[in-house]
Amino acid sequence: MDKTPQTDPRQSWTFSKETNSEIRRAAATGIYDIRGGGAKRRVPHFDDLLFLGASISRYPLEGYREKCGTDVVLGTRFAKKPIELKIPITIAGMSFGSLSANAKEALGRGATMAGTSTTTGDGGMTEEERGHSEKLVYQYLPSRYGMNPDDLRRADAIEVVVGQGAKPGGGGMLLGQKITERVAGMRDLPVGIDQRSACRHPDWTGPDDLEIKILELREITNWEKPIYIKVGGARPYYDTALAVKAGADVIVLDGMQGGTAATQDVFIEHVGQPTLACIRPAVQALQDLGLHREVQLVVSGGIRTGADVAKALALGADAVSIGTAALVALGDNDPKWETEYNKLGTTAGAYDDWHEGRDPAGITTQDPELMARLDPEAAGRRLRNYLNVMTLEAQTLARACGKSHVHNLEPEDLCALTMEAAAMAQVPLAGTNWWPGKPGF
Amino acid sequence: MPTLDMSQVELREVNQTLQGAAGTQTAEPYDIINPRGSHAVACGLNGPLTVTVKGSTGYYCAGMNKDATVHVEGSAGPGVAENMMSGTVVIDGDASQYAGATGHGGLLVIKGNASSRCGISMKGIDIVVHGNIGHMSAFMAQKGNLVVLGDAGEALGDSLYEARLFVRGSVKSLGADCIEKEMRPEHLEILADLLEKAGADAKPEEFKRYGSARKLYNFNIDHADEY
Repeated sequence: MDKTPQTDPRQSWTFSKETNSEIRRAAATGIYDIRGGGAKRRVPHFDDLLFLGASISRYPLEGYREKCGTDVVLGTRFAKKPIELKIPITIAGMSFGSLSANAKEALGRGATMAGTSTTTGDGGMTEEERGHSEKLVYQYLPSRYGMNPDDLRRADAIEVVVGQGAKPGGGGMLLGQKITERVAGMRDLPVGIDQRSACRHPDWTGPDDLEIKILELREITNWEKPIYIKVGGARPYYDTALAVKAGADVIVLDGMQGGTAATQDVFIEHVGQPTLACIRPAVQALQDLGLHREVQLVVSGGIRTGADVAKALALGADAVSIGTAALVALGDNDPKWETEYNKLGTTAGAYDDWHEGRDPAGITTQDPELMARLDPEAAGRRLRNYLNVMTLEAQTLARACGKSHVHNLEPEDLCALTMEAAAMAQVPLAGTNWWPGKPGF
Repeated sequence: MPTLDMSQVELREVNQTLQGAAGTQTAEPYDIINPRGSHAVACGLNGPLTVTVKGSTGYYCAGMNKDATVHVEGSAGPGVAENMMSGTVVIDGDASQYAGATGHGGLLVIKGNASSRCGISMKGIDIVVHGNIGHMSAFMAQKGNLVVLGDAGEALGDSLYEARLFVRGSVKSLGADCIEKEMRPEHLEILADLLEKAGADAKPEEFKRYGSARKLYNFNIDHADEY
């Protein structure tokens, strides 16, 4: 007897496998999911843009023979000692505490070899990163953990952190399992307790106060250090304008793909704007104020390749910053640890429980045995190689567009593959001369 | 005694002069006259120096002080002695919001009242307020001692860590995880020492001690209603 034909079992798009597993996890534990990293959802990104390249109306530059500059100077507006970098790619702020001391050292080694800067994070400055970073940006955060005027004075720049792309409006979180004696000592808190970093600064509210705070920081450091202001991708036009008004030398703009050490998944995935959507409004604010290029714009959040670098610069950024990609270059989520990732209930590439301190790669941990797995010299070389490759890639694309410096890339060099990307980047949809919202259409 | 007249000298020159003098370790005391509410006066001092400000100051007076003694013969704006590391700061009048915020060490004495968020996120500083303090004072305070001879406003010590709070007067309300604690002999000793250093006319026995219940140190879903 013939079997009655049946349709294949159909999974719900709304109640997907991942959604259902999260419902079960929430029901079992009664607490929201905390993880590291940035937004994992697919959002319009640099992949949705293409360079047009040279043609009859544009001369290309010879790939290996004609010069294409990559240097950038940050902090030219007010600081007596701006930061001069060989490449337009910096290392984003990541704390000692969330990262191991070896990881911080490796970041410093790699960045210094490549001619760029690293950035401290919550918890203060360690000797490992100061000693191995030729140029070090000191983050000035709401928690002020480890905040010390001596470190402020020995930094090369100061970054006032207002927000970050993974969680605009959110504070930090370092769970008790990573709070060793050294980490606790730097933060003036007991060992083993959850350390929450406030979501707003304790002694200023709003741009008028921030202007006075920046005055104080400059007075304490003899007006030498560039002052960066880091904002999450929330309201990029107004945040940029207000940061300029408050006296910033440099704006650091972090989109929602930017990583974090530990935050609620719901926050990471549902607050903030994609990096691609943030750049043009920020550039517009600088242009409206007549300060584009005088106040530098550093863009971060999901930068992975030289193509991403070149596209961010073409849209008007002066430099980019990488965090997650730098950790991957050091060895984070490397498949060679697959067996151990499996024991943690995950797989290489998806491991994001950085807050638990059990990172098999020895990067997001304070466990001495795990930390020892990361050789800071070898990891530093990997980071240097990666930074060099990204720089070469960006140069390749710039030369193809006929540019003798990566900063000469411009929106006119780009087209978009999707309507969304066209609207966000304000470049034409491929094959057209139109983008959504373009005046005159 | 050298005098810096802020009606004649710019802030940059004032601070540069004071910071330079503090660095020599042997400088004579300085007077600052006509501060006229200027911001960031005498901030970033990094050595033993005595500075007397004859008048009231704006934001962040004596910010991040190390080793120096700064005496304001007037009132101070927001964030006085913020992130102080060591030394002494004395305010004869009142202090605005965030007095002593995130201070790591040293002694801040406010002879008048202090506004809201006094001692917010303090990390080892000692603060003595002769008058009253405003709401949300000692929010997330980590280390050090806050002594209040008058009354405290709402939500004292909210989300407190290991700082000790001593209040002689009334407390309008306690913040999350802040409780009254037993006053033991070692606390009376700490209090007596701070009252003496601050020139405060009060007896340690007149105070109550408040501290952390330590229930919120590690996130527990059963405590979610406390936040």
